[in-house]
Amino acid sequence: MIIKGKAWKFGDQISTDHIAPGRLFHLRSNLPELAKHVLEDARPEFAGQVKAGDFVVGGRNFGLGSSREHAPIIIKMAGVGAVLAQSFARIFFRNAINVGLPVVIVDTDSIEEGDELEVNLGAGKVINRTKGKTLTFPPLPAVMTRILDDGGLIAHVHKCGDIKLD
Amino acid sequence: MGKTMVERIIGQHAGREVSAGEIVVAQVDLCLAQDGTGPLAVRQMQKLGLTKVANPENVVFFLDHASPSPRRELSNDHRFLREFAARTGIRVSDLGEGISHQVMSERYTRPGAILIGADSHTCTGGALGAFATGMGSTDVAIGIALGKTWLRVPESVKVQVNGALPRRVYAKDLMLHIIGLLGSDGADYQSLEFCGDTIRALGMSERMVLSNMAVEAGAKCGLIASDEVTRSFLAEQGRAKDFCSIGPDPDASYERTLEIDATSLRPMVSLPHTVDNVKPVDHADVVGTKIDQVFVGTCTNGRLEDLRLLARMLRGKRKHPDTRLIVVPASKKVFLAALKEGVIETLLEAGALVNSPGCGPCVGVHCGVLADGECCLSTANRNFKGRMGNPEAFIYLASPATAAASALKGEIADPREVT
Ligand code: SF4
Repeated sequence: MIIKGKAWKFGDQISTDHIAPGRLFHLRSNLPELAKHVLEDARPEFAGQVKAGDFVVGGRNFGLGSSREHAPIIIKMAGVGAVLAQSFARIFFRNAINVGLPVVIVDTDSIEEGDELEVNLGAGKVINRTKGKTLTFPPLPAVMTRILDDGGLIAHVHKCGDIKLD
Repeated sequence: MGKTMVERIIGQHAGREVSAGEIVVAQVDLCLAQDGTGPLAVRQMQKLGLTKVANPENVVFFLDHASPSPRRELSNDHRFLREFAARTGIRVSDLGEGISHQVMSERYTRPGAILIGADSHTCTGGALGAFATGMGSTDVAIGIALGKTWLRVPESVKVQVNGALPRRVYAKDLMLHIIGLLGSDGADYQSLEFCGDTIRALGMSERMVLSNMAVEAGAKCGLIASDEVTRSFLAEQGRAKDFCSIGPDPDASYERTLEIDATSLRPMVSLPHTVDNVKPVDHADVVGTKIDQVFVGTCTNGRLEDLRLLARMLRGKRKHPDTRLIVVPASKKVFLAALKEGVIETLLEAGALVNSPGCGPCVGVHCGVLADGECCLSTANRNFKGRMGNPEAFIYLASPATAAASALKGEIADPREVT
């Protein structure tokens, strides 16, 4: 799968409180409304201006903190093509796969705000059209590729009737 | 080759020997979800067309984050969870009963068990010798539905702590020190195994602080081998039969070992806006910082021992007039015991506001949201921007003793200087 869009640059340690803050706790059962506030506490203009296919580009330990799965869900609902970061917090990474949001572990240092990117998930490549530079990333663990290919964990269990890892 | 504690527990639930790095499907003994993550978990189960759950008596929904509900949307979520639980036989720990991790430890968590929870601080259960870990709503939904989950067996970091903790230095200070050393992702995907004579000497309440905050270093779990402290804690809860002996093999293999000399520790404070931004309380950037609100509570430090300590340091004194002091017991059991001992009375007389058991202002839903530019000294586990409901506010994390000293002075103060 190839995804094309513009980079939105975020710093290190973007927490789930930045993505889906606790003061909006009451909107968790109203995801379209919650999605209007996605990443608001990191970059207030993001939710209003992000375009389908754009990329969230983070630094170290993206998605740390709470287990709230609403965080990757509303990033996906905002139309984001993938989240790229140097590293991810464990629970966020697993949640993203479960809800079908592509997450890419790659050295994001050379990517700047507004760069035009092309991400090829299968080939493990990020082509930075603005910089004329290609970055590579390792494939997901096999079990996660399986879940993502089936359309998330619920779809996987629906299809297999169980958790089938082999 | 011997097994680490996490390899032993996961192996017992996967039906075979396992080693770090393997991916396995394991049976799950206990599942929890709370009022912020439960509704999504239920909707995921409904997508699968599920009307039954694998072991409803081993699943608990906690209404603790918005307790009691400040908004109609949350009241509707509460009702949704209660109704699903009534239809499926899932247990509900309703408003005022307390925070999930505290109530699980009092009533359900047992050594050697696997507990998965749709709350990142589920790792608190590691203090009782359980493999307890936080996951998202979908993973927990599948755990509830099928009674199993998939896991990557984590590598383990041995955290060896020896020596007696100095006066007015607690497990909270030790754990903030460890998180400062490791960084917020220093133990990513790994299991922390706490051991050494300092750990053996800690009571269950203090052990729970260490396991609770393992996730703040990125860890999947924070485990402590079960021993006599575990046995007597379970006996006090009327659950002596839940005890079993679980720990690592002597020749287990660790990714690395962190050795800490407890005698050299000082009271520590985590500064805004990340937990790993840790400095000693007497550092020039810390001591003397004006504090508008002190909050003592949460799954980290809202237990009887914490409230007792606070009361002991405040007895016969008054909090600073410009500082609010909010106290929230972690569970009804804690609240009742604190009432009976006169702890609550002492706190009220010292100027505290005491709220009913639950998460209180920890996650910014209600009960103590900060004003723009205000500073809070909290005994919680997270100080991320916006955490307590206002992205323009600042949160400092510390022990209940540092909270007491700071409430008296109206600024961050060294608890060793309070008599
Ligand atoms: S007390 Fe705070 S950290 Fe603990 S479960 Fe509640 S919201 Fe989460």
